[in-house]
Amino acid sequence: MSALERKLDAHEFVVTAELPVIDGGGHAEIQRQLEPMRPFVDAFNATDNPSAHAHVSPLAVAIGLMQVGAEPVMQLTCRDRNRLALEAELMGASLHGIENICCLTGDDVTAGDEPEARRVFDLDGPQLISVARVLESGQYLSGRAVTPAPHFLIGAVENPSAPPLEYRVRRAAKKAAAGARFLQLQICYRPELLARFMHEAHASGLSERLALIPSICILRTVGGMRFVATSVPGIDVPPETVARVEQAADPETECFDIAYELASHALSQPGVAGLHFISFRQDAGIAKLCQRLGIPPRAERESNGHSASVAV
Amino acid sequence: MKAAAAALARVEHAVKGPVWDCQMCGQCVLHSTGLTCPMTCPKTLRNGPCGGVRANGHCEVKPEMRCVWLKAYERSERMPLWGNHIDHLRPPVDNQLKGTSSWINLVTGRDRQVPAGWENTRPSRESGADVRT
Repeated sequence: MSALERKLDAHEFVVTAELPVIDGGGHAEIQRQLEPMRPFVDAFNATDNPSAHAHVSPLAVAIGLMQVGAEPVMQLTCRDRNRLALEAELMGASLHGIENICCLTGDDVTAGDEPEARRVFDLDGPQLISVARVLESGQYLSGRAVTPAPHFLIGAVENPSAPPLEYRVRRAAKKAAAGARFLQLQICYRPELLARFMHEAHASGLSERLALIPSICILRTVGGMRFVATSVPGIDVPPETVARVEQAADPETECFDIAYELASHALSQPGVAGLHFISFRQDAGIAKLCQRLGIPPRAERESNGHSASVAV
Repeated sequence: MKAAAAALARVEHAVKGPVWDCQMCGQCVLHSTGLTCPMTCPKTLRNGPCGGVRANGHCEVKPEMRCVWLKAYERSERMPLWGNHIDHLRPPVDNQLKGTSSWINLVTGRDRQVPAGWENTRPSRESGADVRT
């Protein structure tokens, strides 16, 4: 059982973070990217060709993370692999002791820099979750036996701010029924939509069935804010938020303040099991934000059994 | 027999093509997706909208097109029968059935055949499948 699974089972507050993309540089590069946020983060997401741009594969990065002593969450999308390849990646993860997986449908190839690529989507996100559960039951999708059966902590993503808004909690519930035990929610720049999702999830009992982890993105520049507002599928940034950064004397501080406000708001919602941080390049923003939010470092939380309910 | 099946597939496509933009996946789920063909989603998703739907309800891949699953959801809400089937977990597409008649596959039960691994883990899945909140 992974440390992340144990913490979620014990309802301890968790901090996950997206490792910036890796394009070579060996373990030293993974270490360099980890270092500033490492004291605060329980597990790091190894992304799978985010925004449909090719990088080092999630399995290779997840293995690298383990080799430098950090806990990985291996993301897997349905965009680039058919079901055989997805099963092979999951079994490969298990072979290396990687249990935390996050199953996504994936951005379309047209979001990336190789839009001429063939999109696969042989499975969709909920089906991928199910296939991971099938493997856990000791068989491949075909029914052929897998011995020993792998064990996973299966997670997924849901987007609280993409239409149809009134269906998102039901879609999250479908993922829970398929076998997901945590959801890292998509970055949400509209706090009222996150609040709506969290309240509905809480009222329907969903937050009892799986851990809900809102995502907070730390940007630094006007260009970064514009990029997220215009080029990342499924993220809707209010024009006034973009204007706030554009008009700020110090855009970096303004971006940080926005992240802080969104994170404080997220922490005030019912049923929040932790936070997921995204910072597209190596910086100390995640550690600084945790400190400002009053989230203790991982070692301190581990010794005190910091519970999700007292995180605010 | 083969010729008859091919002829029926042509008839099916002639009927369902103009109405639903039928893609002849051979395993029709229109009744559980608000009579909206999920195979017209550019990602051919069978289990609901992806996270890339634009704020205006349009498709991530084709900005000029309304999200197929947004339509499926809205129409499902209006359906007196099967409306909650949108919440059921649909199995992966059987790519062997592409181009065949879903009518024949419905009658023979071929469209309900799923891989053994999926079948074997089905009970736990189905008990939690109706997840309407």
